[in-house]
Amino acid sequence: MSSSSLITDSSEWTFPMLDRFNEVIGGIAAEQFGLDTYPNQIEIITAEQMLDAYSSVGMPLGYKHWSYGKQFVLNEKNYRRGQMGLAYEIVINSDPCIAYLMEENTAMMQALVIAHAAYGHNSFFKGNYLFRTWTSADAIIDYLLFARNYVTECEERHGEAEVELFLDSCHALMNYGVDRYKHPAPLSLSEEKQRQHEREDYLQSQINELWRTIPIKPVEAAAERAKRFPSEPQENLLYFIEKNAPLLEPWQRELVRIVRKLGQYFYPQRQTQVMNEGHATFWHYTLMNRLYDENYVNDSFMIEFLQSHTSVIQQLPFDHPYYSGINPYALGFAIFTDIKRICETPTDEDRYWFPDIAGQDWIKTLDFAMRNFKDESFIAQFLSPKVMRDFKLFAVLDDEVQDELEITAIHDDAGYRKLRLALADQYNLGSREPNIQVWNVAYRKDRSLTLRHTRYHCRPLHPETTQEVLKHLHRLWGFTVRMEAVDENGKVELVGECPSARR
Amino acid sequence: MATFIDRRLDGKNKSSVNRQRFIRRFKGQIKKAVTEAMNGRSITDMDSGEKVNIPARDLSEPVFGHGSGGRREAIHPGNREFTPGDRIARPPPGGGGGGSGKGQASDAGEGEDDFVFELSREEFLELFFEDLELPNLVRTQLAKITEFKSVRAGFTSAGAPANIDIVRSLKGALARRMALAAPYTRRLREAEEELRRLLAETPVDAVRVQALVEEIEHLRARARAVPFIDNFDLRYANRVKQAQPTTQAVMFCVMDVSGSMDRARKDLAKRFFTLLYLFLKRNYEKIEVVFIRHHTVAKEVDEQEFFYSRETGGTVVSSALQLMGDIMAERYPVSSWNLYVAQASDGDNWHHDSPACRDILLQRIMPYVRYYSYIEITPDRHQSLWEAYEEVRETHPHFAMRQIDGLADIYPVFRDLFKRRVT
Repeated sequence: MSSSSLITDSSEWTFPMLDRFNEVIGGIAAEQFGLDTYPNQIEIITAEQMLDAYSSVGMPLGYKHWSYGKQFVLNEKNYRRGQMGLAYEIVINSDPCIAYLMEENTAMMQALVIAHAAYGHNSFFKGNYLFRTWTSADAIIDYLLFARNYVTECEERHGEAEVELFLDSCHALMNYGVDRYKHPAPLSLSEEKQRQHEREDYLQSQINELWRTIPIKPVEAAAERAKRFPSEPQENLLYFIEKNAPLLEPWQRELVRIVRKLGQYFYPQRQTQVMNEGHATFWHYTLMNRLYDENYVNDSFMIEFLQSHTSVIQQLPFDHPYYSGINPYALGFAIFTDIKRICETPTDEDRYWFPDIAGQDWIKTLDFAMRNFKDESFIAQFLSPKVMRDFKLFAVLDDEVQDELEITAIHDDAGYRKLRLALADQYNLGSREPNIQVWNVAYRKDRSLTLRHTRYHCRPLHPETTQEVLKHLHRLWGFTVRMEAVDENGKVELVGECPSARR
Repeated sequence: MATFIDRRLDGKNKSSVNRQRFIRRFKGQIKKAVTEAMNGRSITDMDSGEKVNIPARDLSEPVFGHGSGGRREAIHPGNREFTPGDRIARPPPGGGGGGSGKGQASDAGEGEDDFVFELSREEFLELFFEDLELPNLVRTQLAKITEFKSVRAGFTSAGAPANIDIVRSLKGALARRMALAAPYTRRLREAEEELRRLLAETPVDAVRVQALVEEIEHLRARARAVPFIDNFDLRYANRVKQAQPTTQAVMFCVMDVSGSMDRARKDLAKRFFTLLYLFLKRNYEKIEVVFIRHHTVAKEVDEQEFFYSRETGGTVVSSALQLMGDIMAERYPVSSWNLYVAQASDGDNWHHDSPACRDILLQRIMPYVRYYSYIEITPDRHQSLWEAYEEVRETHPHFAMRQIDGLADIYPVFRDLFKRRVT
């Protein structure tokens, strides 16, 4: 081994060393693997600062709220008792991409974290379509600052307690403050024409109305009056409240908007856990190995790295006492690694399952996979039989109409497709979170708001938390709030009401 | 390209505001925990932080979620023996096992766990005082840590320029100069001696003289080169922080433990004693606490026994006062101790005893103590003891008495005491 290119043989890091690591890793990432990233801003922080960062969901600044304090107290306790190690890094989807490195890390960990966060996550944030669509990395820090100041201002003006309660209510609905689809873009020419056409029709009808001699039928008038509001169900509850809640003050609407924006900002992250972590893990693994191949690091560095990497991608079996579901790092890493394998050394099975990518250029294929999918579709598309076998996956059906659980599929020929579909569904936000939409507002009567929960696989809402959330919704809406559930046969049933009707 | 920023020196308590808000929000629960903690603690141990438990369900932040039921298919890793079509008994609900997805399982599993966290000393005292409705000024007085005064303590070799001790430093410099120049001066003396001898001789050995003159010149230069003063010589006046006046106080806790003092009353009394203790702790370096309990006879006991052992019987308050007077005379001379007394009772006394109490107080106790506070924990009307004590109060301004019914009544007893200290 030539010692000239060796970056370090010590476990203590220094700033020049980090600089060198970053330069080398960045060089390899961009030149050899074509990773496209935001510029990096790497910040070194202490463990206490890491605890702080944790409790504000990783954001460098957030508005003040007790729930963050709770988070902080919880983390602090776990950390002090040694129940929880701190993450080695936190990375923020912003431009420049901010990565926090802990001071306590060894030189190897710092290099690993730089590869993982500053190149793995960073390129994912920049490339993945969800992030591109829903977050604006260059504006988020400014927006957070705005939000923080605005909330403080509201507290000064309206009292901390009131703002806090209001934010509580918004937080309860945060996951329902997201747009799942882009709103229509500005009108195109054809649409503009159609609109103009409609205006003409309308004018025409006005004229007709003037000269009309036949009286309007009362039935028609009633139908006219019974027009629904909203005309179509709305899925973005917070948006609906922001625009339509009758009693809110302007500052309250702005707070709703702030929470909604934050919800929207985290929306892509909630849908790309496996991909995001898998992608970052794959790249830190690949980059570190390349460092070793090119003699930038020595054997002991590599042993330390492998040990840490292995613990990251560990997947406990379902019957292990500490089992807590599928490890997104492990699953994501396995799938990305397998894509590379399928491209480089495909077997007959791979050719049958993945005719499009078997034998292709792996860097391009991986890039395509990173850019165009979310967890659900990524798994549905790329989970290979080999990974299912390696993980020894199996599907358990829990149906309330049956007394026992049933194993419906395992990792064999008959089960692959079913497993893959079921696993993809497990990561589908639509199935993880209840589908709740604004159904109707009795705007000519008691102004009550009715939500509808469309049941998925007959899964009911959690009764107590639903009642609690309805109370929050009631605070925002100001009038009676109802929750109805629709089952698969279209039968509607009232599941909650706030304030509950007197009987 | 990357920018590296070292944030380690930035503030680290970004979350303290949120922490405060969290505590404020759950004040009710936390206060309850503090009350419980306080009952479990020794009164001399009130001055530290505390672990607090809050039931987790109280601080949940609800969101819409699925309940159990319906049809769900979960994927798990690590299959060993299952084949399709196998049927397994449903695990009991809440076990967090097979059927439900990961989110639900862990939610349900953790749902009942208590949320434990630690209050700092300040936060603990703040909540403790809140019950007693102490005014802020007093709170800060109590919660403040002992003030320090810096006093001289010899000399050190490192310090701030302002503290340089010139005499010491120059003495050191002189000694060093002498020591370092010693080899040269010794040789110089010899050389001069020899030169004198040579010059006295005839004929003069010109070569040798020349050599000696040169050597003498050289040695003088070397001796002069020893620096006049060096960093090494500098001595700084040393100052150490010392706690403020180290006076000592003794606090007598006197409590009636006859049958009529029940648990709740004892708790109230404990708070009362604690408050006095904290106050004294703030003001005195060393505090001793003497516990005297009495029914018909008085006894000096330890804290555990004082608060928790049960006894019944009649009440003769004078027995306790007598014992206290004896202890004072024997162990705590007024010349070196500040004496404080806190007495708690339900007002019951054998009525022939009350005048005796008054006399003991007036003669043996009041002249020596700094402050005497008496609380009567009873909703009923006063009995003979109260009347006897009222006579004492009339003649002694440092005697405070109060009938209390709840926690908030405790503070006024101390008002005079604090007022005196504050102004």
